[in-house]
Amino acid sequence: MVPHIEFDNVTVKYGSHVALDQISLTVPPKSIIGIIGPANSGKTTFLKCINRTIDFIDTAKVEGNVRVSGDDVRSLRNVYELRRRIGMVFPLPVGLPLSVYENVAYAPRRSGMHNRHDLDQLVEKCLQQAMLWDEVKDRLHTLGTKLSGGQQQRLTLARALSHRPEILCLDEFSIAIDPVTTMKIEDVLLELKNEMTIVLVTNLVQQAHRLADQTAFFNQSKLVEIGDTEKIFTEPENKLTYEYVTGGFG
Amino acid sequence: MASSNVADVRPNRKGSAFQSFRQLVDSVIDACEPIVEWMIRLSGWSAIVFVLAIFAFVFAQAFFVFENDSMIPSLWTKLDFVEFFTSVKWRPTSVVREQYGIVALLAGTGAVTVTSMLIAVPLGLGAAVYVSEFCHGKTKETLKIIIELLAAIPSVVWGFIGVAVLGPLIIDVTGSPIGVNVLNASLILALMSVPVIVSVGEDSLKAVPDSYREAAEALGASKWEVVYRVLFPAAKNGLLAAVLLGVGRAIGETMAVLMASGHKAQIPGGLLDPARTLTATIAAEMGEAPRGGDHYRVLFLIGIVLFALTFLVNLIADVVVKGIKGKQNG
Repeated sequence: MVPHIEFDNVTVKYGSHVALDQISLTVPPKSIIGIIGPANSGKTTFLKCINRTIDFIDTAKVEGNVRVSGDDVRSLRNVYELRRRIGMVFPLPVGLPLSVYENVAYAPRRSGMHNRHDLDQLVEKCLQQAMLWDEVKDRLHTLGTKLSGGQQQRLTLARALSHRPEILCLDEFSIAIDPVTTMKIEDVLLELKNEMTIVLVTNLVQQAHRLADQTAFFNQSKLVEIGDTEKIFTEPENKLTYEYVTGGFG
Repeated sequence: MASSNVADVRPNRKGSAFQSFRQLVDSVIDACEPIVEWMIRLSGWSAIVFVLAIFAFVFAQAFFVFENDSMIPSLWTKLDFVEFFTSVKWRPTSVVREQYGIVALLAGTGAVTVTSMLIAVPLGLGAAVYVSEFCHGKTKETLKIIIELLAAIPSVVWGFIGVAVLGPLIIDVTGSPIGVNVLNASLILALMSVPVIVSVGEDSLKAVPDSYREAAEALGASKWEVVYRVLFPAAKNGLLAAVLLGVGRAIGETMAVLMASGHKAQIPGGLLDPARTLTATIAAEMGEAPRGGDHYRVLFLIGIVLFALTFLVNLIADVVVKGIKGKQNG
């Protein structure tokens, strides 16, 4: 089986600063990979390599190959098409300056869905999956940026789901969301696993434990260890990993 | 006993003296607070005062004569206001009958401003988008410096370019008998407004957080889509301000237009006809109008008309911005 995401000896440098150091890993389709590690360990850079938003950082230099469904992302002619296959949720909520409805309907409309009824249904479904529908159903046409921080975060999740991505990248999605709602969204993610591959970057080690099939531990730009989540959390091979997952790091 | 007393007390005294000094400073600072507040308030109000004072001065010059410490209204009775606002004939120095009709001048200002904005707004906003979004490193810096240099060229030099370079070029290309006309003045004005529009527009685009761009790009939006779906709505107020500053420059510009427009008081029938603007009329005739005479006062009245025009432009822009906001909130 072709791995859905494959990093083959990938190194990323910002000028002289090495942000990712010779990373190799594979993610099988329809699984959840948890990425854990302290700040500045390269987790976000890892995500940016997948959908090639790394291109927008002028100083960044990428070596090695990143493959999505077997295709090298740098050989793809249409990078926008690649990005449309990948949903991305950023750590700080970014409501585009559009209405709540338009935030979610933007991507599907772009890809040719213009039927009002279909759009309405899709928007409702995505907002429900992001646990936001009940809070915004009466004000779908207010500006997305007027929602509270946690609501905006869920709005970005709904937006990422709106184009039915095959890969969903979550960069600390729960940072501004209360624990109860977070647990509900985690349930949704487990359901979504039937449809898509999920890359979950998280600071909450237990979140990775709860959700991920395999977990990768990044530290100082290096991939320290990757393995089945159970193994990483019970008997990791590396001492650092053990200390990090048990909270005795540093 | 006594000596030990002194030894005990001295440091305390020093401390209390120091403390009372600190308290003094603090209380002085506290006392200054309302003064500072009033100074800030004054500087805010001064803007309003200045605008009102200028308006009052122009108004007084237009309508009143000062004689024996009393104001005597002068222009009210003499000037035919219907003629002023409806006549095409601007003959301030006619021997037979002086006529002050500003319709031709209004038409000149209108034609030159609208045409120049039709050129400058797309060009300026396009350049702002290019400099801010599509251009990196050295190209960007060089472009910005050159654009700022463009803004630093004195208006009389622009007028000179209009007469000496653009005029003959227009004659060659269009076959028009004269080179100084609406087209010439509009092109010059457009070139003068573009740097203003670019630098203000670029600033407002730069103020849009990068996270907006990232979010839109991660959704698969192309660069152009990011610009018009995300950046334009997010930066609309700044972009509108940029356009307004350009319009303001076009309406208010005097010297370059005086030289490049042909300065003929008529309603221009096309781009290749000469025209005359309100501002150029004031500049050209103020020196020759006898101080205090009717001609002199009418020129000040034109100043009031210009005042009203800029006020109108600002008002319209305000309504437009509020309209956009209301639509988004609704």
